[in-house]
Amino acid sequence: MNSAFNPAYNPASGPAFKIEGLNAFYGPKQALKNVGIGIPQKSVTALIGPSGCGKSTFIRCLNRMNDLIPVFRLEGKILFDDTDIYSKEVDVIDIRRRIGMVFQKPNPFPKSIYENIAYGLRIQGINKRDVLDGTVEESLRKAALWDEVSDRLKEPALSLSGGQQQRLCIARAIAVEPEVMLFDEPCSALDPTATAKIEDLILELKKDYTVVIVTHNMQQAARVSTQTGFFLLGELIEFNGTDRIFTNPANKVTEEYITGRFG
Amino acid sequence: MARRVTRKGLRRAKVKLIEGALFLSALFSVLVTAGIVAVLFFETAEFFKEVPILDFLTDSQWTPLFADKHFGILSLFAGTFLTTAIAMAVALPIGLISAIYLSEYASLGVRSTIKPALEVLAAVPTVVYGYFALLFVTPLLQRLIPDLSGFNSLSPGIVMGIMIIPIVSSLSEDAMHAIPMSLREGALALGATRFQVATRVVLPGALSGVAASFILGISRAVGETMVVAIAAGQQPRLTLNPLVPIETVTAYIVQVSLGDTPTGTIEFKTIFAAGMSLFVVTFVLNIFSYLLKRRFREVYE
Repeated sequence: MNSAFNPAYNPASGPAFKIEGLNAFYGPKQALKNVGIGIPQKSVTALIGPSGCGKSTFIRCLNRMNDLIPVFRLEGKILFDDTDIYSKEVDVIDIRRRIGMVFQKPNPFPKSIYENIAYGLRIQGINKRDVLDGTVEESLRKAALWDEVSDRLKEPALSLSGGQQQRLCIARAIAVEPEVMLFDEPCSALDPTATAKIEDLILELKKDYTVVIVTHNMQQAARVSTQTGFFLLGELIEFNGTDRIFTNPANKVTEEYITGRFG
Repeated sequence: MARRVTRKGLRRAKVKLIEGALFLSALFSVLVTAGIVAVLFFETAEFFKEVPILDFLTDSQWTPLFADKHFGILSLFAGTFLTTAIAMAVALPIGLISAIYLSEYASLGVRSTIKPALEVLAAVPTVVYGYFALLFVTPLLQRLIPDLSGFNSLSPGIVMGIMIIPIVSSLSEDAMHAIPMSLREGALALGATRFQVATRVVLPGALSGVAASFILGISRAVGETMVVAIAAGQQPRLTLNPLVPIETVTAYIVQVSLGDTPTGTIEFKTIFAAGMSLFVVTFVLNIFSYLLKRRFREVYE
């Protein structure tokens, strides 16, 4: 286990993910070095660090999105529900359905608002009108978007504002009832008002979901998360309660980053 | 100081000269095109002074080279329609499937081998395809379909389809490739399979580009000359039977142009009327594909 990992930190809930000895490579370049971490259930875990530190690579390992990159290679274990998600028996489609993801830039499909939410159900072969209608409304309500779009569900999703599009993407992810929601810098393309709405939403989501969020914005990590991991050059330098990280970090490098001395 | 000014002046003159030369060559091609259209238009007008346009559009026979003259262009367009339909029945599915494969499934290595290989198909001279249809595909088909005549629309149609596959696959693949990676990721993150990503996200998103490639393929098939002139026969016939000899608009123009029809006669003028009709059809198709492509750009760029 990583020497900088903080064994003293004891989260309130049991782990959703147990990650052991994770090394990740893009071709010859190593992006993650021996990362070990337990991500607690039904709480928000933030991952911070300067650009290129591996935090995005890490979060994309959790739902195997890195499979799409031909030169990507991985060593170590990611246990989700006590199953290694990279083992051969595991169905990657099932993993991605159970572990939803929201991306840096809002990426709604060029379809109507309604069809964006319904997509995840349709690909599972669910086409019953009343089921779809119910899920669309429920997901949009959970994503705090229903009141703004309920009268124009048939309009193209691309006609929404950036912040609305991002909440639509959250609703789209919720619709397939995942257990985990991964957020990869979800607010980097949004203005402060839209960002505040997404943050409220994330706080709301942790009641039902395990949330992992990668963010560039340290204030954001402080506002939304219960525990925070600090990455630097592919290593997990410190993993600790968010209060602790931001007030009294165990590692000197973490402190230097938090106080803005580099990064 | 004076020398520097002259040098600067010289450079400016050079730039102007190059600019002028480029402009003239652009102008030249525009003028030539306009000239061709003007000649077509003028001769066609001459033709319609002698043949009523209603006969041209409704008569069921096309026999300008015989004593009993009929000028029903539909017989020629029936041949064009038949060969085009057969060609597209081959080119659309195969072209589209290979585009989906290349864009969504093929690894980088496979893609960089297969795509140029497909595009080589477009470099084969059409006269080779014509003899391929007449001397290889027709005898082969005759073993399966004994009723097939030596000249027919089935065999050149199929061969034209093969010829058009690279147009459809290459343009469709470009359109699919332009779909942002983030859309594919969004779908995959919801638990979509690669096939679902291809058919439910990429294909609908690229639809106008794909449709534009189809239309360009059709317009290519309509205008194709050599393959049908060699393998489809020279018998204008208002039919949809793919097994009998027919004649397409283009093949008719070749027949008259190569024969000893004297200039200025009505037989001679028919080729301009036929050419004009063909031009109108392909022109409309190309405009259609242009509009579709532009719509596609508006959405994603």
